[in-house]
Amino acid sequence: MIDNPKTGMSLIVKTVTRLTVGLILLFGIYIVLHGHLSPGGGFAGGVIIALSFVHLMLAFGKDVAVSKISKNLASNLESVGALMFLSIALIGYLGGSFFMNVLEKGKHFKLFSAGTILLSNVAISLKVGVGLFAIFLALVILERSSKEK
Amino acid sequence: MELHILLIFMIFAGIIAIEVRDLLSSVVAVGAVGFALCLAFLILKAPDLAITQLVVEILCLIILIRATINRDLPLTIEGRWVFNTLASIVFVAAFLFFAFHALKELPAFGEPIMEVAKKYLEEGADKTGAVNLVTAVILDFRAYDTLGEATVLFTSVIGIMAILRRPGRKKVGS
Amino acid sequence: MTLYLLCLILFCVGLYGVLRKRNIVKMIIGLGIIEYSMNLFFVLLGYRNQGRAPIEAQAQDILNMVDPLPQALVLTSIVIGLGITALVISIAIRIYDKYGTFDITKIKKLRG
Repeated sequence: MIDNPKTGMSLIVKTVTRLTVGLILLFGIYIVLHGHLSPGGGFAGGVIIALSFVHLMLAFGKDVAVSKISKNLASNLESVGALMFLSIALIGYLGGSFFMNVLEKGKHFKLFSAGTILLSNVAISLKVGVGLFAIFLALVILERSSKEK
Repeated sequence: MELHILLIFMIFAGIIAIEVRDLLSSVVAVGAVGFALCLAFLILKAPDLAITQLVVEILCLIILIRATINRDLPLTIEGRWVFNTLASIVFVAAFLFFAFHALKELPAFGEPIMEVAKKYLEEGADKTGAVNLVTAVILDFRAYDTLGEATVLFTSVIGIMAILRRPGRKKVGS
Repeated sequence: MTLYLLCLILFCVGLYGVLRKRNIVKMIIGLGIIEYSMNLFFVLLGYRNQGRAPIEAQAQDILNMVDPLPQALVLTSIVIGLGITALVISIAIRIYDKYGTFDITKIKKLRG
């Protein structure tokens, strides 16, 4: 992350952001993956992942954040997340009805238990996180273009 | 007891958020209401909701501040102010009077009638294999509602990307 | 009982903001307060005295759990509230760019 002194915030904010932005993303992924064992789940983890990208954009300016995830990639990833959730629902037809939980349910308190709930959490977090970042990107691009006029 | 204090704090912060003239101060007051709500969820033993409410409140504050930071105008009071305020206060008082009589029919606070939830609590952990029962309810017993919520979020993102488009396009053939 | 009544008074504060204010951002803030009060009302309905959170643990000393069904509904509702607020704010930003003001009594010109 190159430091351009004209865009973004001051030097103190940029230094602290370099240290914390990876930790916030990792914490969000942890909350998503342990959604069936401890409080959290797909929605809270997805919003935390979106917050890490918004943090990067607020501290460094628009260009650094767009180089990580551009607007087209954000739209495509969000659609992939929604389609993944729908396909998990349709796989349930193998078990008898819509949304049936067909994968095996392991022992309690283990990470790979609870059937399709783990995959559903990952799909929902992808959809919610990237969608909320796309909203913020649309807001910032409009600000920039109306200032240039 | 703590819940009463939190609710009175939320009412005061809500009145400040509506009445203050400066837009940035009212956005900060709405943030205070949201954080007090997160504390209330923790007291009511709902940790999933507390985590979700906290992070959603932070994102909502960022979006609100971006909208109001350079766009602020002073307002003046126009005519018919007395009649409008009196009419809305009478409406709110009538609503509260009828709501008070309707609230007497609910069971007392702290003793819910859990008919469906009793089944979820007893059989939920064995039927789904998940230890977190709220996740088991939203992703296994009631997964159709989660599909509906994913659709609502998708529609909202498409709507925002369509509204906030860069104005002006290149003319064809010039 | 008094808790339910205080929750409805918070709803009325938000309702007053939607009805009586002329600034669009104040109306949006009133809508947000209405959403908070309704989420709190649902979770208040499901509380059990001396219950614990609806997550099974390995060493349990309190046996009752609170009701998990209202919590599942409110979890969905919180994220939908964020989507609604973002959409309405984007409409308000476009109104400001076109008319130059947030005041609803001055937005009267209906064009094309």
